[in-house]
Amino acid sequence: MKKSTLILLKTLVWAACLIPAARLAYGAVTNQLGADPTRTITFMSGLAALRLLVISLAITPTRQLFPRLSWLVRFRRLLGLFAFFYASLHLMAYVGLYSYFDPGTMVHDILKRRFITVGILSWLLLVPLAITSTTGWIRRLGGRRWNQLHKLVYLSVCLGLLHYWWQVKTGVLAPLDITLIMALLFLARPVLAWRRRRAAQQRA
Amino acid sequence: MLLRKPNALDGSDIPSSEITPRKDYEAFLQEQRSRRRFLAGAAATAGAAALGAHSIGSLFEPEQTVHAAGKLQTVPSPLTTHGEQLTSYQDVTTFNNFYEFGVDKSAPAHNAAGLPTRPWSVHVTGLVQKEKTIDIDSILKLHALEDRTYRHRCVEAWSMVIPWVGYSLSELIRECQPLSTAKYVQFYSYFDKKVDKWWSESYIDWPYSEGLRMDEAMNPLTLLTVGLYGDVLPNQNGAPVRVVLPWKYGFKSAKSIVAIKFLAKQPPTTWNDMAPNEYGFYANVNPNVDHPRWSQKTERRIGLPFYAQRRNTLMFNGYGDFVASMYNGMDLRRNF
Repeated sequence: MKKSTLILLKTLVWAACLIPAARLAYGAVTNQLGADPTRTITFMSGLAALRLLVISLAITPTRQLFPRLSWLVRFRRLLGLFAFFYASLHLMAYVGLYSYFDPGTMVHDILKRRFITVGILSWLLLVPLAITSTTGWIRRLGGRRWNQLHKLVYLSVCLGLLHYWWQVKTGVLAPLDITLIMALLFLARPVLAWRRRRAAQQRA
Repeated sequence: MLLRKPNALDGSDIPSSEITPRKDYEAFLQEQRSRRRFLAGAAATAGAAALGAHSIGSLFEPEQTVHAAGKLQTVPSPLTTHGEQLTSYQDVTTFNNFYEFGVDKSAPAHNAAGLPTRPWSVHVTGLVQKEKTIDIDSILKLHALEDRTYRHRCVEAWSMVIPWVGYSLSELIRECQPLSTAKYVQFYSYFDKKVDKWWSESYIDWPYSEGLRMDEAMNPLTLLTVGLYGDVLPNQNGAPVRVVLPWKYGFKSAKSIVAIKFLAKQPPTTWNDMAPNEYGFYANVNPNVDHPRWSQKTERRIGLPFYAQRRNTLMFNGYGDFVASMYNGMDLRRNF
């Protein structure tokens, strides 16, 4: 891929990733965050984080299905870091807007409310991934170990989805779509691996 | 009789000295708004350095709109709640849990437009002298419509203060002539898949249904509600007729009622059926009994600046004087 094309595409991905933040900022300035802005900010940032994680996890299966799209991997770090950005915004909304920075409230919540417990865990798992996302860290850890560490993202996504399901009222199906897409992506991996093995055997 | 029986339904029995002229009311609102703006400005200046958020408008100064003049003729009520700042009409009518019209809180305001509120009738059935159908216009004329401001506490830990319009449900129940064997009353909400097209966003067993013990239904606080802010109920708030039980979590206050059934045994109710460990049949507001997934000790008052939203939840939502005696001797931890 030509360097200018890559820069153009990266700019577009940046812009797309900033849409949720821009919508929140615009809504906050123009009083359009609804009757409960605290809830809107928290919900929109959390949803953006989950969606970006899912998109970043879709890259590997897509590359395996369509080898010509291999260049997509160049955007994975960007997507992952934006997911972490929104997850952190989500956490900050909880810490500031819901808990008023009160440690007592937060400790009580984290221990007592299981959806917050798994939500915090999900965010904590993303922290080492964000830190080791740099080229320097990949070199320092070595590709294999880095890959193993970054498998934590699967656990983080699962906990994130559980957090979503446990937060909504029983019977509300809002988290269903993203859960099904995630399940499909999880299933795609063993299926694609099996296909690769079979192709290798046929060649042998 | 606690309530003053008015001679006329048009409010002509209210001394003119008791009526606040509209322009005075608007001036009052205007003054409140500018005061809030000043306070918000001061707080914003203080916090701006840390947040860089001087103009985060909706968080500091939530939207306030003055609603157009009411269409219903109402009289004051001794049962109204004083000393609370009303939640704005805008917030009351755009932040609704009405899952037949979508699970998103802003969805019912868009989607409930198709709810056919006229003609409308309420079917009275079960343990009554004679089953019958009462037309909405008869319901509106049965008793003087009272302005009753109540605190509203959702099980999701947010709250509002809403000026409802209606009269005690007991007036309608007397009209229904229940038998002495009737110990419970059940409400059914409107449901039609062609109208409530968003019903499949949750796996609730429609139609929505709620129930009360007979003494709860007959409690003077239990409001048969036909309006808010002096106007007829907007569809998303449960038009044309609903109940409001201010000492219980909001889901007990069934919307858009099409049938009332009198029973000898406790009826099944929607949320209690869905998750009995999370939503009790009584569902009395109780800061000492947490929802299994979140605390009920505090609530967030919708419409206030974010730093002033959280407040302690009151036992029976602050209506203990009216209702606590109905639950004497009951273990409210078990019968939550």
